[in-house]
Amino acid sequence: MRVLAAMSGGVDSAVAAALAAEAGHDVTGVHLALAKNPQTYRSGARGCCTLEDSRDARRAADVIGIPFYVWDMVEEFQEDVVDDFVAEYAAGRTPNPCLRCNEKIKFHAVLERALALGFDAVVTGHHARLGADGLLRRSVDAGKDQSYVLGVLNSHQLAKSMFPLGGYTKEQVRELAAARGLGVAGKPDSHDICFIADGDTQGFLAARLGSSPGDIVDSETGEVVGAHDGAYQYTIGQRKGLSIGRPAPDGKPRYVLSITPVTNTVTVGPRAALEVSTVTGDRALWLAPSPGGAVQVQLRAHGEVHDAQVSVVDDEIIAVLGKPALGIAPGQTMVVYQPDPAGDIVLGSATISAAR
Amino acid sequence: MVYFDHAATTPMLPEVVEAYAAAAATGGNASALHCSGRAARRLVEESRERVAAALGARPGEVVFTGGGTESDNLAVKGIFWARRAADPARTRIVASAVEHKAVLDTVEWLERHEGAKVAWLPVDELCRVHEEDLELALTDDVAVTTIMWANNEVGTVQPVAALAAVSAAAGVPFHTDAVQAIGQLPVDFAASGASALTLSGHKLGGPVGVGALLLGRDVAVTPLLHGGGQERDVRSGTLDVAGISAFALAVELAVQRRTAFAAQLAALRDELVERVQAAVPCALLNGDPGDRLPANAHFSFPGCEGDALLMLLDAQGIECSTGSACNAGVAQPSHVLLAMGADDARARSSLRFTLGHSSARTDIDALVAALPTAVERARRAGKIRR
Repeated sequence: MRVLAAMSGGVDSAVAAALAAEAGHDVTGVHLALAKNPQTYRSGARGCCTLEDSRDARRAADVIGIPFYVWDMVEEFQEDVVDDFVAEYAAGRTPNPCLRCNEKIKFHAVLERALALGFDAVVTGHHARLGADGLLRRSVDAGKDQSYVLGVLNSHQLAKSMFPLGGYTKEQVRELAAARGLGVAGKPDSHDICFIADGDTQGFLAARLGSSPGDIVDSETGEVVGAHDGAYQYTIGQRKGLSIGRPAPDGKPRYVLSITPVTNTVTVGPRAALEVSTVTGDRALWLAPSPGGAVQVQLRAHGEVHDAQVSVVDDEIIAVLGKPALGIAPGQTMVVYQPDPAGDIVLGSATISAAR
Repeated sequence: MVYFDHAATTPMLPEVVEAYAAAAATGGNASALHCSGRAARRLVEESRERVAAALGARPGEVVFTGGGTESDNLAVKGIFWARRAADPARTRIVASAVEHKAVLDTVEWLERHEGAKVAWLPVDELCRVHEEDLELALTDDVAVTTIMWANNEVGTVQPVAALAAVSAAAGVPFHTDAVQAIGQLPVDFAASGASALTLSGHKLGGPVGVGALLLGRDVAVTPLLHGGGQERDVRSGTLDVAGISAFALAVELAVQRRTAFAAQLAALRDELVERVQAAVPCALLNGDPGDRLPANAHFSFPGCEGDALLMLLDAQGIECSTGSACNAGVAQPSHVLLAMGADDARARSSLRFTLGHSSARTDIDALVAALPTAVERARRAGKIRR
């Protein structure tokens, strides 16, 4: 097959490209230029969009012996990921930009362009298994599993994707890289949000959303117990940094329970009020033949897994949790898994709209 | 492999490789006073005379440099600084809007960091600079004029002698980047009326990393590199004897063979243009159809992106270029096509095919076999929202 390898400059995508080439595919490497003003490590950036990353990707492609190009996706990334990220916070939700990037950039803009150009598939270095049965499963490396951030891919997107790393642990991937002479074998993992170079999400949002003072209200008494400078600075379940002057009547700490953009209000209350047992998500994607049943759901990246009864109704997925979950924020993605000894299978996903 | 990118670099001629190896094996510092130094110096000075003789210059007018980019920097910055030092009112640079990046970025750097003012000369839809525009731009504060001999992207040849005469009449030194012209067009430094002329080795069968600036003896220039005072104190640095002697041979051969070579390239190029337009009827030829470099064919393929086409042809073993510069590997719309009045889409949809001494008709066969599918796929990809 003619396959396009998306190469970030990290060890995972380099090894994925190498494995695809060794499997006999005709592989072309592409690095996505996503940042408007690419930073360098020296300027403190630690995401995956620096000029060094572009060079690392090119070096890896040269070592593997495949053609390499840079694709300009700056505008798409800005619109579909960065602007969306800011707009979601402004609407009182908590987005996951990596999911959005997979859905809109890597497995949409890049994939569709690749298909139009005559490629048969896109290969990436995600840690997830995608076998001949077409089912997306968790990686053998539970700690590095990325099936959650791929949970938004539909069956068309999955049919045109290859994830060669799902059967390897991260440690094995580094060994595979070293054995192939890839210089990125020891490169540290990227972390945080790639387009927020200094890791200061609050500062990033403040610079774009500005100051918007409002009230912090107690859920039980309805009293105004404090003031905030912008509701987007708060996340459901947050306890620290609320700067509430008075203690609660019960003397216990208070947590952010909800954010209401219309009234610009942050509502706080006791920990018990964070507990939710029913989670509803819209923009449902359902891959499984049967609708719902006794399954598991994951409600945030690297979050715990909950047993749940799931039903799929039109565009919505409703999950009734076996045990209550804490601090579930609208905007995050619920991914539904079928437990399986050969790797838990992704059944579907939805964007959390309500949790109670 | 089919190589259509001779304007980016062309393979060294076998006899030039030989000359390089022979000189490199000899050694010697051309500035040294002892025997091996004298031998090295003899090679350098013979090379200087050969370059001068081939290009209508005097040996004393040949300044060896590290290549085209350095020659352009030396000419534009050096003449600007020297002229401004002599007359602080002279702070303006006149340049065509379609210069190579080595001139364009140099001019913009002077604008940002040295307070230079710039008059950018427009071009017409065929990329020609007009004398009247130059006349208008030559106000009494101009330090230097710089206009390329022939455009590296679309191949249009400028009326250099006429433009140099206009500049000279206003008392302004005229620099021309002739990197693409030598070996393809008749170039005579004295007859051109230019004060300074850039040439580069690896575009004409010589080595990379060596070039020259032909510089009139009466043209004051402030050096970029200070040190041992080599090259009239204009360009310090130990002379690259092997590179210079190989370069001189390449220049000499390029000029000797030019008439026959240019005719052969032009015939092949005309066939390429005709067959590309027959295979892909929407292909638009850019640049002056008549007065262009014989090795250059440059097209826009409406609805396609040049870099997508380049990738698809590369996958078929056909190497060409979008002709324009990249920024960290990301293709930019061609400033040349934009200056010619093309819109952003057309400026991004171009491909350049340049011929050289290894080119053959079979190369064109391979190109027209692969091109229609590539164009169709690139057009499909171009329709996806960007």
